[in-house]
Amino acid sequence: MKPQSRYNIVIIGGGPAGLAAAVAAKKAGEESILIIEREAELGGILNQCIHNGFGLHTFGEELTGPEYAQKYIDMVENEGIEYVLSTTVINIDGNKTITAVSRENGLMQIDAKAIVLAMGCRERPRGSLRIPGFNPAGIFSAGTAQKLVNIDGYMPGRTVVILGSGDIGLIMARRMTLEGANVKLVAELMPFSGGLNRNIVQCLNDYNIPLKLSHTVVDIDGKERLRGITLAQVDENLRPIAGTEEYVECDTLLLSVGLIPENELSKQIGVELSGKTNGPLVNERLETNVGGVFACGNVLHVHDLVDYVSEEAEAAGRNAAEYAAGRAGDSRQNEIDIVPEGMVRYTVPVRIDLERADEKTVVRFRVADKIPGGVIHASVEKNGERKEILRRKKRILAPGEMEQILLKKEDILGAERIIISAGTSAGISAGTDEKAGATK
Amino acid sequence: MIHELICIRCPLGCGLKVDVDEKSREVLSVAGNSCPLGLEYGKNEVISPMRTVTSTVTLSGGECPLVPVKTAHEVPKARIGAVMEEIVKAAAKAPVKIGDVIIKNVAGTGVDVIATRNIKAGKANELG
Repeated sequence: MKPQSRYNIVIIGGGPAGLAAAVAAKKAGEESILIIEREAELGGILNQCIHNGFGLHTFGEELTGPEYAQKYIDMVENEGIEYVLSTTVINIDGNKTITAVSRENGLMQIDAKAIVLAMGCRERPRGSLRIPGFNPAGIFSAGTAQKLVNIDGYMPGRTVVILGSGDIGLIMARRMTLEGANVKLVAELMPFSGGLNRNIVQCLNDYNIPLKLSHTVVDIDGKERLRGITLAQVDENLRPIAGTEEYVECDTLLLSVGLIPENELSKQIGVELSGKTNGPLVNERLETNVGGVFACGNVLHVHDLVDYVSEEAEAAGRNAAEYAAGRAGDSRQNEIDIVPEGMVRYTVPVRIDLERADEKTVVRFRVADKIPGGVIHASVEKNGERKEILRRKKRILAPGEMEQILLKKEDILGAERIIISAGTSAGISAGTDEKAGATK
Repeated sequence: MIHELICIRCPLGCGLKVDVDEKSREVLSVAGNSCPLGLEYGKNEVISPMRTVTSTVTLSGGECPLVPVKTAHEVPKARIGAVMEEIVKAAAKAPVKIGDVIIKNVAGTGVDVIATRNIKAGKANELG
């Protein structure tokens, strides 16, 4: 398909976020929508996530990644939404003019009234870990290995060590084992795994693959092809402990050491990014500091469940439609800050307009540490006084799990600042008492 | 005999101790759970653990060289190896649609292996 030179909404990325945003924008009445996708097919990373467990919240059934993607691809097709494939966006300027290139159409310039950023994230590479040693064949990021095995049909190796216990690493431990590889161990720098319990049980324990917590790879052996790695235990400051080194023979090392939102295009537009999430700072409309530029999905902050990506993207799509139709103003005068405190690392959104906000606003966040018996706590500040508006007990809060709360408009009207915090029940009540004391 | 396992019904991940009479295969007790879901999980996981198996099958004549598949229902955990043996040997022909049966009654479990992705017939970027 050859795209036109002007659309009301252009969505950058045809993964789960981009697809859900497009469908929601269409349902909100917008007719002029284009999705630009870099790969040859819609669906994004879901196409290589062939394991099940997707969609329990959205569809009430456990789907595999490709099945979940297809549900949204069908909606895009049924709604007659335009998309271009194998097309890379290389620049977006401050006037929302998008420059893209593809083999089929060459260089294109497309003007948009509103843009939805839905580019997803990429994996942290070996370079960011500073492991000494040569750079032999056999070192892959877990997601690259996943694509090789599940899409292209190649086995990256036969004896495998996995560094990092994020969910992709755990999933690949099982997948490589089922395909006949010997997965020797999964090493995790932290004293706890960042992956879901379910994956630790069903991907490691089911196949007797050891999980070495507080361990890391300190040396790489091999010049042409990986021959082995040196594993070492780390202390509480995450530094390797001398004398604990252990050599492990392997021809493959998979890295599952974190994801980074892919925001190069956002920076070109002039979008402000968060130092915590590496994603755009957005208001309650999921709109960045550049009017009419919205963000959702893993480009905004890395999610644990795709269901939440779809939900967030639908909101971004609806808001982009409002903006493109001229029903949303550009005013930022009434926006106040939403501030994380205590164990809360960040919030999305970071700003909210109390007049404009819907009756309920979703605030998503993650905590910095495991907190059994944790409490989530929201309060408003007005004339230097702090008032609690929400308190929710959780059996556990964990860094690997995204949390969300709903702010009711009636609770926050008139506030100067909204504070979201989390901690143990004891810690929180002590904290508020101190603050209350200070203002008296 | 006491089996130790981690409950996966919620992020808490309780450490369960499930005592089983090895002769009658009856659960005598579940300890360490903090809710009824954990009790149920502990019992089932020791007596009859079940899993959905997902993998890929070689595809000819399609736009992709593989089609992802899953068991249409859960199969006994002990049968995963036998299920994989059949999946590895299986071959399919494009086009395939989500839900198409790729292997009937895999490894005698009574469960079919079905496709989980639509793949059109097309220029084969087949495995060489």
